[in-house]
This record gives sequence, C-alpha cells and structure tokens, in this order.
Amino acid sequence: MKDVDQSTPDVSLSRIPEVGFAPIGSPAERRLAELWESAPGWRGWLSTVDHKTIGMRYLVTAFIFLLMGGVEALIMRLQLARPDQTLLTPEQYSQLFTMHGVTMIFLYSLPILSGFSNYLWPLMLGSRDMAFPRLNALSYWIFLFAGIFLYASFPLGEAPNAGWFNYVPFAGLEYNTGPNIDVYALGMVLLGISTTVGAINFIVTLFRMRAPGMSIDRVPILVWGTLTASVANIFAVPSVSLAFFLLWLDRQVGTHFFDVLNGGKPLLWQHLFWMFGHPWVYAVVLPAMGIVSDALPTFCRRPLVGYSAVALSTMATMLLGFGVWIHHMFATGLPTLALSFFSAASMVISIPSAVAVFAWLATIWLGRPVFNTPFLFFAGFVILFVIGGLSGVMTAAVPLDLQLNETYFIVAHLHYVLLGINVFPVVGGIYYWFPKFFGRMMNEALGGCRINRASLPT
Amino acid sequence: MNNSESGFRHGVAGNYAFFLCILAAAPASAASSENDVAPLNYFLHSYGPASTPTMVLGWVFAALLIAIFSSIALLLVWAVFRKRPAVDPRSIGREDEGMPWIYIGTGISTGILFALAIYALITLNAIANPTHAPALTLTVTGYDWWWKVEYEDDDPTRSFATANEIHIPVGQPVLVKLKSADVIHAFWVPMLAGKTQMIPGLANQQWIQADVEGVYGGQCTQYCGVQHAHMSLEIVAQSEDEFRTWQDAQRGEAEMTAGINAGKSLFLDRCAGCHAIRGTEAVGAHAPDLTHLNSRRLIAAGLLTNTPDHLAQWITHAQDLKPGARMPSMALTATELNALSAFLSTLN
Repeated sequence: MKDVDQSTPDVSLSRIPEVGFAPIGSPAERRLAELWESAPGWRGWLSTVDHKTIGMRYLVTAFIFLLMGGVEALIMRLQLARPDQTLLTPEQYSQLFTMHGVTMIFLYSLPILSGFSNYLWPLMLGSRDMAFPRLNALSYWIFLFAGIFLYASFPLGEAPNAGWFNYVPFAGLEYNTGPNIDVYALGMVLLGISTTVGAINFIVTLFRMRAPGMSIDRVPILVWGTLTASVANIFAVPSVSLAFFLLWLDRQVGTHFFDVLNGGKPLLWQHLFWMFGHPWVYAVVLPAMGIVSDALPTFCRRPLVGYSAVALSTMATMLLGFGVWIHHMFATGLPTLALSFFSAASMVISIPSAVAVFAWLATIWLGRPVFNTPFLFFAGFVILFVIGGLSGVMTAAVPLDLQLNETYFIVAHLHYVLLGINVFPVVGGIYYWFPKFFGRMMNEALGGCRINRASLPT
Repeated sequence: MNNSESGFRHGVAGNYAFFLCILAAAPASAASSENDVAPLNYFLHSYGPASTPTMVLGWVFAALLIAIFSSIALLLVWAVFRKRPAVDPRSIGREDEGMPWIYIGTGISTGILFALAIYALITLNAIANPTHAPALTLTVTGYDWWWKVEYEDDDPTRSFATANEIHIPVGQPVLVKLKSADVIHAFWVPMLAGKTQMIPGLANQQWIQADVEGVYGGQCTQYCGVQHAHMSLEIVAQSEDEFRTWQDAQRGEAEMTAGINAGKSLFLDRCAGCHAIRGTEAVGAHAPDLTHLNSRRLIAAGLLTNTPDHLAQWITHAQDLKPGARMPSMALTATELNALSAFLSTLN
C-alpha cells in the first residue's frame, strides 16, 4: 500500500504496480484488516467482498441454473418424444423453451465463466483482490436477483414466452399482453448492469493491479479470454440493454420504437439484439477456450504451442465478432451486397479459431499426455469445437443459411458450440482447479465414469 | 433418390441416405413430390432453379467439412495415442517448437475457407434473381396462423384471394411478395427456395420456380406464437393449362344452389364477420376467403385434410384442435351444423 499522501494521480500509460508494505500493528495494517476481512457471522457472509467467495458463489449459482435449464430441456424432449403429445400446452412449451434459452445463455454460460475468472483472476495476476471488490459483490448480487426475478415468473405461469431472441412485434404489447415480456425486459436490464460492472472490474484489475513482472506476454490465456470477453461485453451489452429498455417503454408508456402502425421498426429489434448477440457468443466461449489453453498443457507436460498466436487469435475473434451479426438475419430480405459482406466476414472469423485448434493439436502431439479426467474433457472439447465451428461455416454461406436458418440444424450447431465450447471446458476446469478451490483431489475413477456419461449424448 | 423409398426410410435412415448421397453424388432425380419424401428434405431434394444450386452447394460444403472434421479427428486420436520416444519423465517440452502446425493448419484452413466463400457467393448470385421475368406475381400475407394468397390482376374483377394453397404454373419463375398482417412470419418452401421473413411494415419478396409438377410443402419458420407449428402451406405446381383452368375457376364467384338458404343465412350471421365468400354479402377480411373452399386439399393451415367430417370438427372444435387459433369453437346444434355443412359443401 502506498503512502496516503500520494494524491496526484499518475496519468502516464505505463503501469505502476500498486504494491506497498504495511508493518504489522501499524494503523495502516489495522485499517486494511478492517477493510478486507469479512465480518464474522451471517452479516459477514452476506457482505463479503472476497473474490474467492464471490467466484465460488458465481460457480455454484450458475451451476444450479444449468441444472434448471437442463430440467427444462428434458421436459421439452418428453413433450417432443412422440408427435401430438399433450404433456404441455403450447403456452407452457413456449415459456419452457424461452426460459431454457434465457437460463443457459444469460444465467449459466457467462456467469459460470465469471466464476472462474473471479476466483482465479487475482491469483493469476498476483493482485490482492479485484480492483473494485464491492462492485464485484454488487455484480454477483444483481445477477442472483435478476435470476430469481426471472424465475419468479414461472410459478405464476407468466414466464417470458417469445423465445430468448424475443422478436417484436410478437413480444410487443399487442400480441403479448401479460407481464411475461416485462419480466424478461427488466431481468435483462438488470443482468446488463451486472455484466457491465463485472467487465469493468476485470479490465481495471488487469490493467492496474498486475504483480510486478507479470508482463503482457506472460498472462495466462484465460486472462486474455476474459479480457476480450469483458471488452466485448462493454461494447455489446449496451445494445441489448437499450433494446430491452425501448421495448419496455413501448409496452409500459406507449412509445413507438417497434410499433409499425406508428412508424416503429420491428427489424431494428433484430439489429440491436444480434449486434449484442454475436459478440456475446464469443464472450461465452473465449474464456472457456482460455481454460483449455491454460489447463490442457499441464496434462501434455509441455507449454502451450504458439502462446502469442493463440493470444492474438483471441483478440482477433473478438474484433471480428462485432462484424458478423447480420448472419443471424440473412432471411430478413437485406440486399445481396450486404449479405455477401457479412457472409465473408463470418467465414473469416473461423481463421482465428483454426489457429487455436492447431495450437491444441500441436500441444498434444508434441507433449506426453496423461489421461486424467480433465484431459479427457479437453480432448472431447477439441472434437466438439471442430464440429461446432465447421457447422458454423455452413451457416455462414448465405444460400445454405436460407435453408438451414430456424431449423434443427441451427439448434444442433448452437448446442455443439455452447455445450462443446462452454460446458466441456467448464467441467474439465472444475476437475482441474478443484484441488485449488477445496484443498483436496477428486476421485479419478469416478471422473472417468463422468466423462463417459457426458460423451454419450454427443 | 427414387420415389419408391418411403418417408419412414428418409426419417430413420437419414444418415445413411446422407452418406450414400455424398459418396455417389447422386443427383435428386425428378421424383414425384407427392409427399412420399419428407416434405422439408431440402438436403436431398430440389425441384427448381432457386434451390438446386443451394442443394449442390450444401453437398460440397458437407462433403468437404466432413472430410476436414475426419482429418482433424484422426489427427487428434493419432496425437493422443502415438508412440513417443523415451525421455526423462521430468523434462518439459520447449516453448518455441510446434509453430509449423499453426502455420500449415491455418494456411490450409484459410485457403479452403476462401474457396468456399467464393463458391457460396457465386451461388448466392445465381439464386438471387430468375433468368427471365416472372410469369406470375402473387402476394402472400402471413396471419396468426394461416397464409392469405392473393392473385392480382390489372382488372380488379379478375383478382382473387385464397388461403394456404398456392397454385403456380410449372417451369416458370413466380414472384412472391411477402407481407405480414401481425407478427413476423417466414415463408419457406424448402424444395423450391430458401426462406424469407415476412416483416410487418416491410415489403419483402422472393422468387420460386417448380420444374416438376407436384405438391410441395411449406412451413412458417419464424416463431410466431402458440400455433406456429400448425402454420403450413402447400404449393401446387401444375401445367400451364391446368393452372389457367384453376385460375379461371377461382376467379368466379360462389355459385348458390337451391335448398341451402338456412346454412347460408347461418354463415352470414355467425361466420361472415371474419370470412368472405365472393358472390354473397360475406366480406370479412380476418380469415381465409372461403369462396372455393372445396377446391383446397387441406384446411386449418395444413392441420387437417379437407373432408366434410374434418370441416365439421374444425367448425365445432377449433379450439381443441388448434388451441389459441383465432377461429372459435362454434356452438351449433346438430341441425345448424348440418345446414352449415350443406351450404359449405356447395363452395366448389
């Protein structure tokens, strides 16, 4: 800790590590303890700002949401097991498939990665905690509240029901009179705050609080992944928060942003949603790819091949990720020239992914792999990543996408991407860092059973 | 694929058909499209120039990408299990080796991607516009949950509207203007063309062409509400003569035969608020035009075949068959239902 009287902020771009020393028993040390120690009892439990506790809470909460989303998927599969079953009414089915998407995409896939990053980020960077510990706690509590808020609509039978993409005018007041969409809109605005606050925290911590000597070519790939995801979130989330806020205004106070009869534009919703939606895809896969890039080499007993190339490919993916959103909208009647540009951009974005895939392959090839449970998950991840990526190349071709869009092909593609690129690294990462989290190893034999079960449906 | 194969085989043995197709590059022969093939199987069946280039593109992409996937999977398995020279178990590999993997792998991937992108753009250009001016222009409007089909003519008395069944002359490009009356729908007849969204306030369009006579299934492909699944349509491709005959018949007003006055007045009283029958005072515009109801193969946007029994069921139990549909379940006595059915049976 630096002297208190250093009041002039340093505006140079070089990073000055914020390190100092507080002698035992000094007022500074007491003040530090007062600030950083969690209070005992339930008040301390509620008010803790310890990044490890918050990280673990993110992991546990997101995992519970994963299970809930999984149950929703199972109920839907039961309904779909045979034609014309009556297990669910159409309205119940609509709510289930909407909440399945909302849960998996917003309440599981990013929060679980925030959990890893929260727990590991200061440990990897050598900082005391996150740059803004209270903001970090705020970010978690808002996430939890938004999740509970969204799910509270379920028992009332008023859950969001217009698909997670929530296209207007179907999500507008004229065709959706219940509180369903209002719940979704407010929940998303809240989640947007949580995500933005968290992203700022990660970025500031990385730029201001790295340990001395933690130069930019030494930070783990997970840090690169979380950095790019956080930057992507800061630029992408305003788009969706705005979209949902405008929709909420349309519904509550009768503004006309999306209302055709009064000059509103339904297509605007699709643009705003996917300008966020596609960078978000990379926000939920880049940190997970970082988990693999960091943990896979351990089990290959060698460093990652092409560290710089993988780090650069992470950045390239994020930058390109902002220029491909139209590939969700090829069927909206845009001119051929516009379609061609976004089609080409969507193909180009596969190139950085190819860099990562060949870096992993080379790491395994040149290494001497040991077949512990995490390695099996990471090897499985490579296969699923390739399937997800190659099927994405098919959807990037406009003529093919005009057939494939809105079919089970897309459902399969996005599940390969999210299950393969998010869930597999996450589960492997939990096995990998479990001893760090809990101070004991997991059972290797049971882990082998787990990977077999996990691989079955894929 | 030939038409002796049942739809069941296509569904269950889809994967085998897929690989056989890749291996033999078997072109989809002009099979009858009378729904003995899976009606939405655009991967193996195409019957017009707006979709055939896409189908071939799909084969090339699928074959190439499967080959790439197989190579990478083999490489991974090989990398995991290959025999390694004995080294000191405590040693770790060098940091700077292995870069050729990335250079070569990424180089090859980039080359293939550029080739695929160029091929896809050429295909996009090929299907963007028909080779000659469309012979026919019609307007399809999406409603919750059915399709209004309007055939316009310079002479308004020759214009007519029908629902859920589009007749087109075979071998000619047809321009389809796409509109929506409520929420976003998407018009998709996979064996003839890709899909286009129908967005309120926007005037979209696409062209289709069927080179083989037959019936082609279509489906709404943008989630539009609880009965989205039951919003299908059919395209009937006919020879020029048959199409003209059909068109002339559709232009005519409903012929009123004697002895159906009870059913007609019931219709005007209970149904005319939404449905229209040209030649009567029923001019409702919220629901399908029923002037030539019995010329259609299906009712309720593809939910039921058009038989008198189904029609009676639909009228009295619409909300059980298609919950949430705008069509109410009409409370009718048996006498009323018979009278109404008798009247509707005259709408040829």
